[in-house]
Parts: sequence; C-alpha cells; structure tokens
Amino acid sequence: MGKIVAVTGNEAVANALRQVNPDVCAAYPITPQTDMMQRFSSFVADGKVDTEIILVESEHSALSSCVGASAAGGRVITATSSQGLALMWEILFIAAGMRLPIVMPVVNRALSAPLNIHGDHSDSMGARDSGWVQLYSENGQEAYDNTIQAFRIAEHMDIRLPVMVCMDGFIISHSIERIEYLDDDQVKSFVGEYRQLYPLLDVEHPVSYGPLILPDLYMEYKRAQHEVMTKVSKVVLDVAEEFEKISGRRYGLFESYRLDDADIALVILNSAAGTAKDAVDEFRNRGIKAGLLKPRLFRPFPYKEVAEALKNAKVICVMDRADSFGGFGPLYMEIASAFMMNGSRPVLINKIYGLGGRDFLPEHAETVLGELVDILKTGNVRNYKEYIAVRE
Amino acid sequence: MKGWKELTPGAVVTEPGSSEQFKTGSWRAFRPVWLPENCIQCLFCWMYCPDMAIKVKDGKREEFDYDFCKGCGICAMECPGKKGNKAIIMVEEGK
Repeated sequence: MGKIVAVTGNEAVANALRQVNPDVCAAYPITPQTDMMQRFSSFVADGKVDTEIILVESEHSALSSCVGASAAGGRVITATSSQGLALMWEILFIAAGMRLPIVMPVVNRALSAPLNIHGDHSDSMGARDSGWVQLYSENGQEAYDNTIQAFRIAEHMDIRLPVMVCMDGFIISHSIERIEYLDDDQVKSFVGEYRQLYPLLDVEHPVSYGPLILPDLYMEYKRAQHEVMTKVSKVVLDVAEEFEKISGRRYGLFESYRLDDADIALVILNSAAGTAKDAVDEFRNRGIKAGLLKPRLFRPFPYKEVAEALKNAKVICVMDRADSFGGFGPLYMEIASAFMMNGSRPVLINKIYGLGGRDFLPEHAETVLGELVDILKTGNVRNYKEYIAVRE
Repeated sequence: MKGWKELTPGAVVTEPGSSEQFKTGSWRAFRPVWLPENCIQCLFCWMYCPDMAIKVKDGKREEFDYDFCKGCGICAMECPGKKGNKAIIMVEEGK
C-alpha cells in the first residue's frame, strides 16, 4: 500500500521519476521546473537512483543529449518550462521523428515577451504539432500518476514516441496538496524493464539514426508517423486500466464531469478545471444542467470520443489558457474540428483566460456559465472569441 | 520504392554500409576525364579524392567510378601530369 503525503506538484513528479529510476537525465533549470530537477538531482547525488545525470548548457543541449542517450538504448527523461521548451524546438521534432520514447514533464509557463514566469499553456500548446504525445494534469496527483503512465505509453512497442506530461506552473508545481504515492515496488513493476529498439550501443547490430530522406520518401515517413499516433489512444486507455488496478484511480482520454444530460458545458484544461467544476456544481444546485469536459490526452486529440461526449450540449464554451493571435485558442480549434465529425452543431464560443498566471476565479467560471445560459435562452452570441478577467 | 507501411520506425537504417546503394554520381556538373597517355601513376588523385571514386588495382589507377564521383575537380587540380600536360581534365556534363 502506498502512502499519503502533503507535497508540491514538482516534488510529486520528482518522486515519480525517482521511483521509475531512469538510465539518463539531461535537464537545464528553468522556473517553475527548476525545483523538480533540483530534487531529482538530489536523488542522483544521494544514490537513491542509478540515473546518469548530464550537465548541459541549455535546453537545446538537454534534449539533444536525451536524443543521443535514447537512441543509444536508455530510458531517458528531461523536464522544462516555457523558454526552455521553446529552445528545445528543433530537437522536439527530431525526438518524435526518430521515435524515441523520452518522457518530459512540462511545467506550463507563459512565453516571453513580456517576460513572465507564471502558468499558462502557451509553451506546450506551441509544441502540439511536434509529434510528441501530450498528457495534461489537473493537480499534483494527476501529474504524479500521468508521469508514471507516460513511461508505459512512450515505451509501448507499438508506439515508441516521446511524451510530455503537462501541469500548471506554480499553481500545481509549487502548491502543496494531498497526494497518494504508490509503493516503489509497485511503480517499478508497473513500468517494467526498459525494452530497447534499435539501440546504437548494440555493436553486433550496427544501425544509423538520422539519415537524409529526400522528396522520394520523406512523405511516407510522415504518413507513418501519423499512423502511430492513431494507435496511442488505445494504449493510453489500456495503461490507464492497469494503473487503476494498482492505484484505484481512474483515467481516460478526458474527464467528463456532470456532462451526460448537460445543456451547457465548459471545456477546460488543467488546474482551472478544478475551479470550474465548483461553478458547475453551483449551477446544478440552481437546477441548471451544466457540465464540463477536461481533456487529458491532447495529442493525439481524441476527436471522435470528445464529440460523442459533448453531443447533447447545446451551448459550449471552450476555455483556453493560451492564445493564437489572430486565431481562436488552440483547444477551441480542436473542439470545433471534433464537431465536424459527428454532425452536431452546438453554439461554440471561446474564452481566453489566465494568461501569464492571471488568477482564474470561481466567479469567472460562473460568469461564463451565466453567458451560456443566456445564449441557450436567446440564441444570441455576443462574440465568439473574448478575453475574460482583463481590464479595459 | 517502399510504401509507408514498410518503413523502419524513426527512419533507422539497420543495414550497415548501405550508403553504397545510394549512387551520388548524378550530382555531377563536370566530369573528370582520365588521359592515360599523360598519367605518371603518382596516385595523387586517389589520395586527394574525398570519396572513393578513383579505382586502384595493383598499385595503378584505373578508370573513375562515375557512380560516386560528384565532379568536385580536386583530382584535376592536384594532377601534376606529364611535362605540363594534365592527365585529368574536367569536361562539362552533357557536352
């Protein structure tokens, strides 16, 4: 049986990484991730793990080292935030294109300029097309649980893709919560022995990574990369089912909260979903059928399943903690695409909230739900994309 | 050519030495031509060739390997020739 602790999100994820005991870690400090890798490097220094830690001069080098170590045949981790993820940009696509199962917690933080160290999803949303699997976490417990499951997803022999585990900077990374840890042995047997695929260090079977592929074959490789993404959802569900057996905690591709008979719904990621659920409860208490959908697996995006879950809602607000300037928020674009697949046409509006760590308060969620009620009654949409909790 | 279902994950090349199958001679704009009557068999061309496009047998050079010669012209530049007459000259492809 595991134990119940009061720890920060960073501490919980660092502990998950200790329990997994990877072969190699290369990371560079960046707020708000710093304290996670600082804790992990203490585990290395204290001999609690067998991990070789590589000191690097940047995140570009950190992920480059991870690519080398992973191609060599090791179980490899790193972690980053914001500008660090931006600096990894080039290598993100290389890690995914080479199908290297690197696991990377991303402590979500806003991007410069202006400089801001607080939580929003601009960093990982910007990396959504890099070919990495992305899991999002509402709280410290989910971040801990997702980190452990990420290894099984990444290393599955049908998948072999890098995985980001996203959690909100400061709100989750630095807040102390009640978290249930699994036993070290449980985690060890859950993730299992690392299985290599084409390791560079197998000198009996020499291989080359990173060949030049010109127009005659490049598109076939990209088509194959998309194909492997279509297999991820099933693996995520299989891994979640096994995880439930050892943890008692249930995970899916997303969480549906009071959604089945909901007329109005919010779609919202990560920590703000917790706040929004309270507002949903408040509206339910008033007899209004409100619900919420919180995506967990963002890449690959489970369009069909999400559209099915939202099919009864008549008015929906997709809330984005990231922006596409001149476009809709990234989550909104996915939900809008999802509805193209099942024929239902709810009213779908987009709110941008919480950029750069701006507080998302229960009254903000209530205001949005109130607007959805008005749209349900009148059919009038004021604006399809708006910013909330912003001063005029 | 292979279809997308037949590819190795991550474009990993599992066959060692397979670059030999990738003929690079088509990159050439100028073709080196060997004139044996001016050749003193110094093998400077063999030594300077950045690829392995000059074949040598029993210590003597033979014809160019045009499958891999990219026409860089280093061999022609280094060739001392005989009495000022080069044993390697560069000729534009297609002429």
